[in-house]
This record gives sequence, C-alpha cells and structure tokens, in this order.
Amino acid sequence: MTGRRVAVVLWLAGLALAAAQIAQTRFVADFSSFLPRAPTAEQRLLVGQLRSGAVSRVILIGIDGGDAASRAKASRALAQSLASSPLISSAANGSGGNFERESGLLLANRYVLSPRVEPGRFTEEGLRVAIGETLDLLASAAGLAVKPLVARDPTGELLATIEEMQPAGGPRLVEGVWASPDGSRALLLARTRAAGSDTDAQAKAVSFIEDSFRDAAAGAGERAMRLVMTGPGVFSVRSRAMIVHDVERLAAVSMAIVAALLLVVYRSALALGLGLLPVVSGAVAGIAAVSLGFGAVHGITLGFGTTLIGEAVDYSIYLFVQSERTGAAGGARWIEGFWPTIRLGVLTSIAGFSALVFSGLPGLAQLGVYSIAGLMIAAAVTRFVLPALLPASLRIRDLSPLGLRIASAAARLAWVRWALAALALAAALVLFVHRETLWDPRLSSLNPISASDRELDAELREALGASDARLVVAVRGASADEALESAQQVGARLDPLVASGKLAGYESPARFLPAAATQRARLASLPDSATLRERLSRALARSPLRVSKLEPFIADVERARGSPLLTREAIRGTALEAALDGMLFADEDGWTAVLGLRAPAAAPIDAGAVRAALDGTGAGKAVLLDVKREVDRLYSGYLRQAFIASAAGLAVIVALLIFTLRSARRVARVMAPLVASVVVVAAWHALAGTRMSLLHLVGLLLVVAVGSNYALFFDRMAQDRAGAPRTLASLALANATTVASFGVLGLSSVPVLSAIGSTVALGAFLTLLFALQFAQGAPQHADDHPYRGPS
Amino acid sequence: MRPVRACLVMACIALGPARAAELDVASLFESIAHEPPGRATFHETKFLALLDTPLESSGELVFTPPDRLEKRTLKPRPESVTVDRDRVVIERAGKRHSLAMREQPQAAVLVDGIRATLAGDLASLTRTYSAALEGTPARWRLVLRPLDPALAALVERVEIGGAQAQVRSVEIFQADGDRSVMTISPSP
Repeated sequence: MTGRRVAVVLWLAGLALAAAQIAQTRFVADFSSFLPRAPTAEQRLLVGQLRSGAVSRVILIGIDGGDAASRAKASRALAQSLASSPLISSAANGSGGNFERESGLLLANRYVLSPRVEPGRFTEEGLRVAIGETLDLLASAAGLAVKPLVARDPTGELLATIEEMQPAGGPRLVEGVWASPDGSRALLLARTRAAGSDTDAQAKAVSFIEDSFRDAAAGAGERAMRLVMTGPGVFSVRSRAMIVHDVERLAAVSMAIVAALLLVVYRSALALGLGLLPVVSGAVAGIAAVSLGFGAVHGITLGFGTTLIGEAVDYSIYLFVQSERTGAAGGARWIEGFWPTIRLGVLTSIAGFSALVFSGLPGLAQLGVYSIAGLMIAAAVTRFVLPALLPASLRIRDLSPLGLRIASAAARLAWVRWALAALALAAALVLFVHRETLWDPRLSSLNPISASDRELDAELREALGASDARLVVAVRGASADEALESAQQVGARLDPLVASGKLAGYESPARFLPAAATQRARLASLPDSATLRERLSRALARSPLRVSKLEPFIADVERARGSPLLTREAIRGTALEAALDGMLFADEDGWTAVLGLRAPAAAPIDAGAVRAALDGTGAGKAVLLDVKREVDRLYSGYLRQAFIASAAGLAVIVALLIFTLRSARRVARVMAPLVASVVVVAAWHALAGTRMSLLHLVGLLLVVAVGSNYALFFDRMAQDRAGAPRTLASLALANATTVASFGVLGLSSVPVLSAIGSTVALGAFLTLLFALQFAQGAPQHADDHPYRGPS
Repeated sequence: MRPVRACLVMACIALGPARAAELDVASLFESIAHEPPGRATFHETKFLALLDTPLESSGELVFTPPDRLEKRTLKPRPESVTVDRDRVVIERAGKRHSLAMREQPQAAVLVDGIRATLAGDLASLTRTYSAALEGTPARWRLVLRPLDPALAALVERVEIGGAQAQVRSVEIFQADGDRSVMTISPSP
C-alpha cells in the first residue's frame, strides 16, 4: 500500500509541476516550424526569410464598402494611427509618400544617397547638364514644387534620392489614396516591427489594426465599411485561432461522446472519472514536455491533444473491463496477466512515434515528443496510480456476453473474411496504380488558410504591386557593409533587366544605406568650394541662373565633404531603417542582403535571364532563390526523410515483437492486420483524390500505434482462451472510443486536423476488423470449434 | 436643374465691381460650357526672381469635356501634363509620374483652374477659389484666389482673361512675387 501511496503522491506532484510549466507556455501557429531546422546555408537563408524577412512582416490591408471619399478618409486616419504605433514599422497608403516624411534626413544626406553623384556630375559639363535639367523642371508643371530647393540643390539630388527609394508606378490613386484597379477598395501596406513567425506579436498587431480601423471608420462617419487583411503574420494568427477554436470545440465533442459511451458501459460516474485520469494526465504531461523541450507549443501539437484521448483512454478500458475476471480492478492478476501486453503496446507505439522525434523538423518532433510523453504517462498512471485510487467496492459489469456476441457474429459472417481479403488486395492494387500521386509534395498542403483567403491575398498583392518575393536574390558578406556592397553590385547587374522590361524593378537595401565605400566615392566626387564656384561660373555662363544665387548649394556641398558617412545608427527609427530592416540580416556566420524582384506586368520573371545576368559577373556570391519552389523542394525532401524515419520505426516495432513474442508466425499475425488497414486507408485517400501530407503519415503511424495494441491482445487471447470474451469486449469498447474521437476530429475545417482524424478513425476500425477476422485469438463458441490450445 | 444650381452658386460668390447686367459668372460659364471641345496653342512665360531672364515654353492644350485637360509642352523640352478628374499624370524624359491632385496641389494648380474654366465648371472652381469677374463680355477677366491657406501660401491669385466664350490668357501670381503668363490662341 505504501508503494501505491508513493505513486499517487508522485503523480500529483508531477501534475502540479506540469501545470506550472504549461502556465508559462507560449503557443504559436506559424508554419515555418514545419520547415527543417538545420539545413544548408542556402536553406537557412530561406527559412530565415520566411520566419523574419521583410516578406514575413507584410500586412496587406483593404477597406471595402462606403463611398470613395469615406474610404479615403478612413485610409488616412488608419495610416496615421498605424504610423504612430510601436507595433508597426511602416504604413503606406499612397498619400504623401513614405519617404517624404524623412525629407530633412534625405536632404542632409543627399550627396551620399543619390545614385547620380559621381565625379562627372560636378565637372563643368556635368553641372551644365544637371542644372539645365532642373531649370527645365522649373519651367514645367512641377516647377512650383521644385522652386524652393533650386538654390540649395540645383543638380536635383534630393529628387534623385526620392525617386530611387520609391520607384514610379504603384497602385491607382482614388481620392488621393491607393485603391484597387476598379477603385472600389482602398489599399494600405503595413509592415510589422516583429517577425512574421512571432505569432503573439502578430496577433497584437492584427488586433491593433482592427481597433484603429474601427476608430477610423467611425471618424469617417461610415458604418458600412469593412476591413480585409492578409499576409503571413495575419494568416498565422488566423490559423492559430482556427486550430484553437476547432480543438476546443472538437475536443469537447469527442470527450462528451467518449464519456457517454463509457458511462453507458460502466454505469458508474466514478469509474468514468477515474477512467479519464490517464488521458488527462497524459495530455498535461505531453504539453509540458513539449514546452520544456521546444520553448513553445505549436497549435497543431495542441490539436493532437484530442487525438491522444483515442489511445490513452484504451488503457483504463483494458484495466476496468479485463479486470473483472481477475478480481478487484487493477489487482495483481491483471497486472500479471495483461500489463505485459499493454506495456508491449506502449513500447511499439513509442517506437512508431520516435520516427517523428528524430525527423529534424521541429513541428513534427513536437508531435513525437508529445505523443511519447503522453502515452508513457497515461500508461504509468493506469498501471500505478489508478489501482491505488479504485475503491474496493467498484465493480464493472461483466462484458463477456458482448465479447461473445461479437465473436459469433464475426464467425457467422464468413463472407466478410473474403471481402476483407479482396479489399486489402484491391487496395494494394490502387496504391500501385496511384503510386506517383499518393503524396502531396507541397508545404501548402499543411496550410489551413482557406482558398478564398488565399485569393484575397493574391488580389491585394496584385493591386498593391507588392513583391510577393517569390524570387529574391540573396548575397552574403562578412559584415553588413560587405553585404551592402554586394547588393549594390547585384543591383548594377539587374539595372539592364529593368531597362529592357524583363523586371519591373527590384528592392535593394543598398538604396537606403549605401556601402561605406560607395558613400566615400560619392563624397570624393564633390569639389571644394573654390573649384565648384569656378566650374559653376563657367557652366552657367549662358544660363539665366547666376552663381551668386547658388551660395546655399556651395555651402551644402562643402558641408557634405566634411560630414561623417551615413550609418545605421544615424537612420535609427526612421522610415529608412524600417525599409532596411528585413532586407539585411545578421546570423552567426555573417550578413545577408536580400533583393526582392518585381515581376513585369502580367508576366512572370524570367529566372534564367536573372541568373545569366548574375552569372556573367564577379558578383558570383549572389544566389537567386525561387522561394516557393525551394520551400516545396525542402518539404518534399523532408517528406522523404520522414518516410525513412517511419520505416525505421516500423523496423523497431517488428524487432520489438520478435524479441517479445519469439515466433515469426505470431509476429506476422500481429503485423498483418496493421499492414492491411494502413494499405486500405492509403488507398481510400488515393481514390478520394486526397494527396496525403505529412500529417496523413502521422495518422498512419497512429493507426499502427493504436492497432498494435489490438493485434497484441488478439495474440494474447490465442494464449488465454478463457478470458478472451472480456478482452474482445474491451477491444470493441476501446475501438469505439477511438473511432468516435478521431471521427469527430475528421470533421475539422483545419486540413491537418481532419487529415489525422479521418485517417485514424478509419484505420483503427479496419485494424480491429482485420484482426477479428484473421487473428487466431478471436474467441469462438465452444460448441462451434473445440478449443485446441495455443500452437 | 442647371439654373437652380447656378442661382445657388451665384448667391455664394462675391462678384466683382463691374457686375453689369450682361456679365455674370454663371452665364459666362454657361456659354463656355457649351463651347465645342478643341485644341489651342499656348505660349507661357515665367518670371522668376531666381533667374535673370524669363523661362519660355510653348505647346498645345487639348481639352476633352467634362474634366480632362492635357497640356502638351513641345518647347524647350517635351512634357505632358494631364489632369483627369482627381489624378495628375506628368510625363517627361520618358518617365511617367502619377500624382493625386489633393496631395500635390502645387503641381496641379497651374492646370486645374484652367480646366475648370474651360469646362465651365463653376462648382468645381468655387470649391478651390473665390472668384471675381470684371470687364465686359468682349474682354473679361476672372480673378481666382485660393481658399486653402496652404495653397494660398504658394499662389496669391490666378487671373483668367477671355473674350466671349474663349479663354485667351492665364496669369499666375505666386505668393513670393514670381509670376507666369500663358497666352492661348485657338489652333489654326
């Protein structure tokens, strides 16, 4: 008894510790955790981009409804409130221009920022041309805007700087703000300060935008306006909400079904409550283990919690239902007679889930750790804690009649046997025919975002001309400055492609912070005051502009010559830094600059031309990344790796069975129903047109884990005929709870959850059916087939 | 509909001193609005304090009712400015700049007053300017003063001169004393 009391105390202490751990756990839903952890340098770059690159921080915003004027008013108010928030690093809606706010900074630093500053520009001839252009501009419609700056900046460097930073084009303007091509939606583009993978911060940003919009819409006096938002961060916030919503709802439903089922069978609320203890303990332990090992828990892992109900509830069912014959539930005889079988079942399950832990993919490793910790704790609680808590008076009704009925029904329906055999064979054939298209190699197959949301995203991106960064050029350097210098070299190779229309443009960090060498070279092109004055007087000999009017210009040039270079510190907190952020990254081996390419209207980017432009140069360190293709390639590479790990897990299961059962025939009999049902489930997905994803593979692993328990019990029944009816009844009950809870999960609107749910519900049911029809251990009526004893 | 609106507008406008029976803004604009669309050549001279000699430019104006005006400069450098509803497109040196008018009033003001006048669109004109009319139908002058203080800081007034339903000149007086004169003559 003291041993049991110790077990209970340990269990309670463990629960308390786990609960404390869960209380401080962060829950995330960003899909980059389904990307590999330690890939090559190039892949690391890619994953970095998807987690925290400029692309990951973009939020595309649309305002629908109302009239154009009130949309524009709301857009202005929204942009203003976003610009003042520390959560948002920049917000643009086409009014004013993003960088004009920084005109003081740009004006002061125009001689290091302007791409046109080079030695030739400040010769007599260069000055004549540059000033001539400015005078033309003065005569033009833009003259009024240019006039105040002519005396300080007659060569037009500020204008050149602004043009460099915000390329011409952009969305259509309606009432002075960006709008969709048909004008019916006002558009804004915001960037969050936090990385896209920081789901908590993204959630804050999203709700801040929603609140700001409500105020802005109220200010515009229009109730009919509606806010739409897309972007990686928005999507991960939304997925998390969807998963949490589904998990909460479906977990409650499946819990209710399982509880009702058990209550009907046990006819005892106490037995029901005790029976659920292992499940709850397992789920708590699983979440705590993941939180400890990974620092954060993914929403999908949480979703998996409900699935654990399916397997862990079986343990207590076995304990209660099988115990009757052996006296008080959890008595020594049950422990002696049944516990080894359950233990073996737990071990085979752990072997299966180890495949996930060693997958190298954080998302799946979480599922593995969760399942292993959960199952181990659930089994241990069943074995050591439950018996201590069960009152001696608790007696579960004898279920042997149910077991016998099932057995005789199975025996009578002999044709089912042949039908099942034919089904397995046909399924194998289907798999063979569909072998090329069984698996979906795209990462997006895991994405719970609805097709309509993805369409909206594409629409907003097209209207905003936002680079979806499908294609980016990445260059590395030992220092930030070196990376910027390389970015500039890459830019020089891309310029001809822009001129020839093969690219609409590109975004380079070097535009916002030129490399030190470039800045020095630009400053070195500036002549001293005396030289400049002399060149100006010759250049302006026949111009209506007198040198005497240009003293502010001469003073500015002199000041620029002596001023320090522009640094990241100098632009801290400005729109320039916000733009730089997300294009220039540090990691442990150095710095990476990323140039996003913009596709020409209505045509994809010619990757071959870009590659050729980069190849023919010394900028050989540049890498062109096709983000979507690389991600899919990475994922399908991972899928392959997961297969290998699963095969290894399967091998361990077989080895475990051989070691324990010590008979090739018995091992084959245990494995056959598992293999058959996995084949049938896979074939069913193939016929339904569902290409299986990683999560289906996880589901199949779970089928093997749950099913191995059934098969092992059938094997045990073959050794112990007397207890067979009760054992069979416990299996039927366990199977009903599994099918019910996973079946409910199969109804989820989140693809990853419904994939696991449908796979396991069908697989578990089929495994029992196959085992019942083909295993030797199924109980028979004594008068039908006299007992001959185990072989 | 139209007379009603015109009466309302008239009530709002402070008319000039020569408020003769035969010369009122509403009927002038009415007659301008009925002019067939067409082309005209212009010659513009800008007098800037910054420069010793005025800047000269010339080209043509193409007006398409109700609200599209293109000012096509041919000399000294080709340039085109199109005002179409609330959008200004400037094309020069192979580059196209698209601006929202309310964001870039300085760029638009030179053309917008003319456009509204050519369109006979008094309502649009009086949203941006206070208008005063003087002279006779054979030789009238419409003086426009910006209502928006930001605009008024740049442009003191615009004077549009004409004969009957024809606009003949546009003179812009900037707040800093600079000014430009554009003379318009119908294309041959």
